Amino acid sequence: MANKIDRVPVREQDPKVRATNFNEVCYGYNAAEATLEASRCLNCKVPRCVAACPVNIQIPQFISAVAAEDFEGAMDIISKDSSLAAICGRVCPQETQCEGSCILGVKGQPVAIGKLERFVADYTQSKKKECSCKEKKATDNQSDNKIKVAVVGSGPAGLACAYDLANMGYAVTIFESLHTPGGVLTYGIPEFRLPKKDVVEKEIGKLVDMGIKIETDVLVGRTVTIDQLLDKEGFKAVFVGSGAGLPMFLGVEGENLNGVFSANEYLTRSNLMRAFEKGSTTPIFIGERVCVVGGGNVAMDAARTALRCGSKVTVVYRRGEQELPARREEIHHAMEEGIEFEFLTNPTEVIGDENGWVKSIKCVRMELGEPDESGRRRPEPIQGSEFEIETDAVIVALGTKINTLIASTTPGLETDRKGRIVTNETASSRPGVFAGGDVVTGAATVILAMGEGRHAAAQIDKYIKGL
Amino acid sequence: MYKIIKNEPLTPLIHYIELEAPRLAKSALPGQFLIVRDTQKGERIPLTICDYNPQTGMVAIVVQIVGASSYKICSLKEGDFMENVLGPLGKPSEFVEFTSEELKNKKYLFIAGGVGAAPIYPQVKYLHEKGVDVDVILGARNKDLIILEDKLKEVCSNLYVCTDDGSKGEKGVVTLVMERLVAEGNKYDMSIAIGPMIMMKFASLTAKKLALPITVSLNSIMVDGTGMCGACRVSVGGETKFACVDGPEFDGYLVDYDEAMRRQRLYKSFETQANKDLQIEHLLVR
Repeated sequence: MANKIDRVPVREQDPKVRATNFNEVCYGYNAAEATLEASRCLNCKVPRCVAACPVNIQIPQFISAVAAEDFEGAMDIISKDSSLAAICGRVCPQETQCEGSCILGVKGQPVAIGKLERFVADYTQSKKKECSCKEKKATDNQSDNKIKVAVVGSGPAGLACAYDLANMGYAVTIFESLHTPGGVLTYGIPEFRLPKKDVVEKEIGKLVDMGIKIETDVLVGRTVTIDQLLDKEGFKAVFVGSGAGLPMFLGVEGENLNGVFSANEYLTRSNLMRAFEKGSTTPIFIGERVCVVGGGNVAMDAARTALRCGSKVTVVYRRGEQELPARREEIHHAMEEGIEFEFLTNPTEVIGDENGWVKSIKCVRMELGEPDESGRRRPEPIQGSEFEIETDAVIVALGTKINTLIASTTPGLETDRKGRIVTNETASSRPGVFAGGDVVTGAATVILAMGEGRHAAAQIDKYIKGL
Repeated sequence: MYKIIKNEPLTPLIHYIELEAPRLAKSALPGQFLIVRDTQKGERIPLTICDYNPQTGMVAIVVQIVGASSYKICSLKEGDFMENVLGPLGKPSEFVEFTSEELKNKKYLFIAGGVGAAPIYPQVKYLHEKGVDVDVILGARNKDLIILEDKLKEVCSNLYVCTDDGSKGEKGVVTLVMERLVAEGNKYDMSIAIGPMIMMKFASLTAKKLALPITVSLNSIMVDGTGMCGACRVSVGGETKFACVDGPEFDGYLVDYDEAMRRQRLYKSFETQANKDLQIEHLLVR
């Protein structure tokens, strides 16, 4: 019988303290807290949480194992469907997925599924018992078949695809253009939300231990082409999980002034290049005041990074607080840390000083009109409501476009109007080339990309067996 | 890790460095660039490719000491390793797409300023091997900044050297030589200028005056070099372009050089501090 207690709160760093450091905000549950929280689960006969999970983790089963204090058993259950539990437990938008459909959430608070997933992953990692993951046992009866498969990009889609393929016995090589693998997990999501050394590196380390090769400094499309991988290097199939690359800018006057940055640039300098650390040789611009434009997770990440670098930060978003697309937890954390929000506000011009440095942004107030094609109410400018916000820097977090490099250097690879690779069950128009993640869907979430990577691995297996 | 095969000072401030980077050497084409990072704490720095050999896997770069990071790179010894080398990046030069038939009877003029001689070299060499008639203007502030003169001489029809102070070759800037060559009746189908932003600006203005098409190669600030960060954005014909993926070569008539120069100074104060920390300011005096 489920325990009718309130959701077990999770311990976090004090907002005032964490606003000045890059350590992880949330400490996570300990074993006692996790076991207690797990006891709240109703173990529904028809679990809505499983259906709402993009990779259909057997949530009630793993939670039952946690309640029974069988944490390694819980990890085994999660590992059947997810290779990146420590990461997804931290960055998934649980409120719109598993937790959002938890029956307990109708009248009270849903089970803290994300926090439990994170606990299980962290616990088993700290125990470092190889049995916890059973990598090689996940699909049995298959020994290494020596068939080579290439994976382009080491972000969530590529890592998940590589993990499954390696489990099936394939010899997998991941090609990564940056000097450190992980994709958005490494360059995009900040340390305080997703620690690199303790979480990302360890998760990737597990893949390397399985025998997956990672070649960094390889930009597929330039350093080597997909044709060369297939025709010259003996790969039987290629999975493209290269992500959504090019940052969008404001499209207003002054967007190239000194002090206007893409969130990608700002976060890459901080996360990948560790510009916030003493001794780093990569510079980062620290304005006294910083405006972040946008309302998604990337905007929150950029805002909170700027805050930790010592800036006073304002987030400018054209819709209202309810419409913010970021994870609720990040918005809550950002507000707690002292980030200011200007809702229903849209920049119309970036104004520079006589030397071409940002001085302020001109904005207009917005009101929400009729719903647009995305189903969200369309923001419309209010005539005569223009005003200026003084700022030293503007960080633009308005999303990304597809980098068309791979499509343009791979004959026969069909893309749509937006440059996304067209797929059918992850298979592209080019035989042997599969794709998934943001390069197919446009910018989305870690878990969706991971789901696509896993789907592609199954399809690649089917394809190679049919050759 | 990428082994340094050779590190040869061309002048006290400019080094010619050969690296072992087989994948890159196999794929490089004229006009492209690369990104290096010397150590795990190092900065990612875009550099032009000076030469490459697909057979041996060798890639050559030319580095001028302009600050802390380039100083550290030039201090690497033969047998040392570069932590990362990524490339080739950017689009190859336009003429790489042309057939030998299209290139036949064409005459090219290259204008190199300072270390701009390095990226010019593989372009001139490529065209020379295709039998194209190429003239080169090699300019710099003074004789100590003139590099690759002999190498260029081997692959071009005529080499014109000029220095601002007259310490080598003609006294004067590259634009004067451009004007003179055209005035003397030389007819060029295309010109390509690579060097400091200010030199490319004036070369483009002169080319326009001479009704000579001109391509320039922009060395903007970059982080990843693959289109992800947008630090290298530049206005070309009123449109925002990314030098790393849309370039680095653009129509010289259309580039907003003043904006590009302003954007290059973005991290000036950080760089000055880094030079101070490393105590190399005295090396960088003009």
